[in-house]
Amino acid sequence: MAAIEIIGLEKAYSLGFWRKRPKHALHPLHLRVEQGEIFGFLGPNGAGKTTTLKLLMGLVFPTSGSARILDREWTDPDIKAQIGFLPEQPYFYDYLTAHELLNYYGQLSGVPAKHRKQRIEEVLHRVGLRDVTGVQLRKFSKGMLQRAGIAQAILHDPKVIFLDEPMSGLDPMGRREVRDLMEQLKHEGKTVFFSTHILSDAEALCDRVAVIYKGELRGVGAIEDLTSTVQGKVEIVWQGTQVPASIKALGAECHVTGDTARAVIAETQQDAAIDVLRREHLRLVSLTPVRTSLEEYFVEKMRRADSAAGGAS
Amino acid sequence: MKARQRTTILASVCLIVCFAASVFMLRSVDRLRPQASLDDVLYISSPKILKRASLGYEGLLADVYWTRAVQYFGSRRGSNVELLAPLLEITTSLDPHLIPAYEYGGFFLAPPPPNGAGQPKRAIQLIEYGIRNNPNEWRLYYNLGFVYYMDLKDYAHASDAFERGSQVPNSHPFLKVLAAQMAQHGGEYQTARMLWTATYKTSRDKLVQQNAAEHLRDLKVDEDVSNLEGAVTRFGERTGRLPSSIRELARAEGLPGVPVDPKGEPYKMDENGRILVQHPDDFPLATKGLPAGFNAVGKHFASN
Amino acid sequence: MNARIGYIASNTFREAVRDRVLYNLIAFALLLSGAAIFVGEISIEIEKLVVINLGLTAVSLFGVVIAIFVGIGLVSKEIDKRTLYTVLSRPVRRWEFIVGKFFGLSSTLVVNTFCMAIGVFGALLYVSHKFTGSDAFILVALYFIVLQFFIICSLTLLFSSFSSPLLSAVFSFSLFVIGSFSEDLRGFAGMAHGITKWLATAVAYLVPNFSAFNVISSVAHEYPVAVQLVLHNTLYALFYTATALSGAVLIFERRNLK
Repeated sequence: MAAIEIIGLEKAYSLGFWRKRPKHALHPLHLRVEQGEIFGFLGPNGAGKTTTLKLLMGLVFPTSGSARILDREWTDPDIKAQIGFLPEQPYFYDYLTAHELLNYYGQLSGVPAKHRKQRIEEVLHRVGLRDVTGVQLRKFSKGMLQRAGIAQAILHDPKVIFLDEPMSGLDPMGRREVRDLMEQLKHEGKTVFFSTHILSDAEALCDRVAVIYKGELRGVGAIEDLTSTVQGKVEIVWQGTQVPASIKALGAECHVTGDTARAVIAETQQDAAIDVLRREHLRLVSLTPVRTSLEEYFVEKMRRADSAAGGAS
Repeated sequence: MKARQRTTILASVCLIVCFAASVFMLRSVDRLRPQASLDDVLYISSPKILKRASLGYEGLLADVYWTRAVQYFGSRRGSNVELLAPLLEITTSLDPHLIPAYEYGGFFLAPPPPNGAGQPKRAIQLIEYGIRNNPNEWRLYYNLGFVYYMDLKDYAHASDAFERGSQVPNSHPFLKVLAAQMAQHGGEYQTARMLWTATYKTSRDKLVQQNAAEHLRDLKVDEDVSNLEGAVTRFGERTGRLPSSIRELARAEGLPGVPVDPKGEPYKMDENGRILVQHPDDFPLATKGLPAGFNAVGKHFASN
Repeated sequence: MNARIGYIASNTFREAVRDRVLYNLIAFALLLSGAAIFVGEISIEIEKLVVINLGLTAVSLFGVVIAIFVGIGLVSKEIDKRTLYTVLSRPVRRWEFIVGKFFGLSSTLVVNTFCMAIGVFGALLYVSHKFTGSDAFILVALYFIVLQFFIICSLTLLFSSFSSPLLSAVFSFSLFVIGSFSEDLRGFAGMAHGITKWLATAVAYLVPNFSAFNVISSVAHEYPVAVQLVLHNTLYALFYTATALSGAVLIFERRNLK
C-alpha cells in the first residue's frame, strides 16, 4: 500500500463581500507517496505546501477530496499514532522543559509508560538536546526549538513523518544533522514527506519530488527524470582567446580563462558550434554536457505557469 | 469525515438535552425557594449599608428592588405584607426620586389588611421622605393627603397636605378643591368618590389605577346600600312596616325597576329590612350590603 | 480516551501553577488574616458573621477572577501560538482536548478553593475559639461556590473556542453579573408582556442562575441549607456545564485552525 495517497484534496476560500470569488489555496491535488521513500514537496512561499500539510493533519478541513495514510482515512484519529508532524516554525509550551514536553506528547501518542523515559532520552540524544533536557523551552534558541520539534515528531516511532520546512532556522551544521537524520529514518524503513523551498536540500535527499506553485501541482517524479525534460546544455572549450561572433550569435554564454575560451550552448546547437570552430581553425579542447539543476527545472516550470496564467487572463 | 460528523451530532444532541434539563432543574429550584429572593433582599436591611455596598450603582439597585417589590405584591396573594415597608424604604433610600415607590406606599402600605399592610404611619413617613427629596412633585402631596383622609380619618392634616400640594407650581388644580372639600365635608361619599376618581385619572401606574377603579365600584355599592336603607326607613315611617320585598320598595320610591349593583345583579332585602348584594365576594372593598359577620376573603392588593 | 483527557487536564493544571496563578492564595491569606485580627480587636459581637461573609465572598470573587482570566486563553492562546498543531497531530480527538482543558482548569480552582477553605476555617477558629455544628454548612456554601466555578469555567471555555480573549472576558464577566441577578430577571420576565416577555424569559433561562448558589449570608447567620437544594443545585450545575461544554465541542470541532 502507499504511504500517502492524496485524492483530489482541495481548499478554497470565498473572498469578496458577496463571497463570489473563490481563492484556491490548493487546487484539487492528486499525489501518491510510496513507503520508504523520502519525498520532497517543493514550492516557493505561499504555493500551498503548508496548506496541504494542515489538511493532511486535520487542522483545516478540505473543500473537497480526501486522503489516505497507510490505507486509512486521513481523518481517522488512530492513524495519528503512526504519524509524526513538525509544523513550520514550531512553538511549544514554553513553561515545560524538553523532557516534560516529550513526556506529555508521549502520553498523548500512547507511548507506554515503561518505555517512555528511555525513548525520550534516546530521541533527545539523537537530535542533540541531551544536555538541555531540564531547561524550560522558553530559554531555547530557534535552532534548539527546531530540534525539539523533530524530537517530538519521531518520539513515538511513527511510520510516516511529515516535516514542514525542517531546515529553517538551522545553521549549516544543523542542516547537515537533519539531513543525516532523514537518511537514517529512511534506512529504518520510514517514509519522510517534507516540504521546503530550498532546492539543494531536496536534490541531496529526495527519491522523488513534487513541485507545487500557486496551489497547483506542476510536476512530480524522480529528480533525474524531471530535470531531463528541460533542454540540455553542453559546454564547449577551445584553445585561444578569440570568441567567434557566430558562436556568440548562438546565444552562448562565453568566458575566456587564461589561454582557453569556453561557451555554454544548447545541446541542439553543438554541431553548429563545432562547424564554426573548424571554419575559424580553432582547436577544440572538450565538449561536455552540463547537468540541468533542479533550480532550472523549477524556474522553468514557474515561468511557464505564469505565462500560461498571463495568457489565460 | 465520519468521526467529525458523529461528534457534531452527539455534541448537538447533548447540548439540547442538557439545556432542557437545566431549564427543568431551574424551575424546580424556583419552586423550592419562592421566598428566596425576598429573604436574601432583607439580610441587608439597613438602607445605609446597602447604599455603600452598591458601589455607586444605587440607581440600578433601586430598580432591582422596585422590580422585586412590584413582582411580589402585584401578583402574589397578600403574602408577607410586613416586608413591603422595608422593601419600599430600601428602594427609596437608594433612589429617592423613584416616585412610583411612594405612590405604591400610599395605596398599599396604608390600608388595613387584607387590602394593605395596615401601616399608615409608616406610609406617611415614607411619603414625607419623598416630599423632602422631591418638593416639587405635587403627586406626593396628593398621596399624603389621601392617606390621612382614607386611612387615618385625619381631615385636618389631609387638608393641609392638599393645600401644600396646591402651592407647587404646575400642580393639578383639583388639589385646591380637595383642600377646601376636606375642610368642609370630610367623611362623605362625595369626597371619597372625588379622591378615587382623581387617583384613577392621574396615576400612571396600572396597579394603582386598577385599585382605584375597584374602590370606585365598591364605593357605589356602599352608596347604593346607604340610599336604599334610607328608603327603607322612610317607608317604615310612612307605612309603619317594612316593605314586603325590594320590588315594593322600588315601586314606592318611584324607581323604574329593582336597582342593580355595579355587576348588574339586583340588590335584595332580608327580613329585617337590610339591603344586601347577591354576591358579596364581588365587592371586597365594600363596607355595606354585606351579610353580618361576613369577612371579605383577602383578595390581595390588586386583581390580576 | 480517558487517559488522554487526564493527561491534558494535568498539563493544564501544571500550566496554571507555573503561571503563578496559585500566588493569589497569598493575597487571600493576607486579606483574611487582616480581617480576622481587626475584627478580633474590635469585638463587635459579629466577628463570626464578618469572617464568614468576608471569607466566603473573597473565595467566590477570587475564584471567579481566576476562572475568567485563565479560562479565556485556554483555547484561543493555543490556536494563536500554534501549540495546538503538534497536539492535534496526535491521536487526540478535538473534543477530548476541550474536556481535558475543562477538567484542568476546574481542578486548579478546586485546589485553590480547598486551600482557601483551610484559611477560612482557621480564621473562624481564631475569632470564635471553637467550632459549632452549624459551621458544617460553611462546607455546603463552599461546595456551591465550587459548582459556580464549574459553570463559569465551562462558559469561558465556550467563549475561548471562538472568540478573542478580550471579548471572552467581557462576555464571561457580564454573564456572571447577570447570572447573579437571574431571579430578578425571571421576575421581570413574569411581569412583562408580548415579545419582551418571550425575550426576557429566554434570556433568563439562558444565563446561569447563580442566585440559588449564593447561600453565604444564610450560612453566616447559621441557617441550615436544605438537602434538596444541594441536590438540585448539583444537578443544575451538571446540566448547565454539560450544555456549555457541548457548545464548545461543537464549535471547536468544526473550526479551521489558522
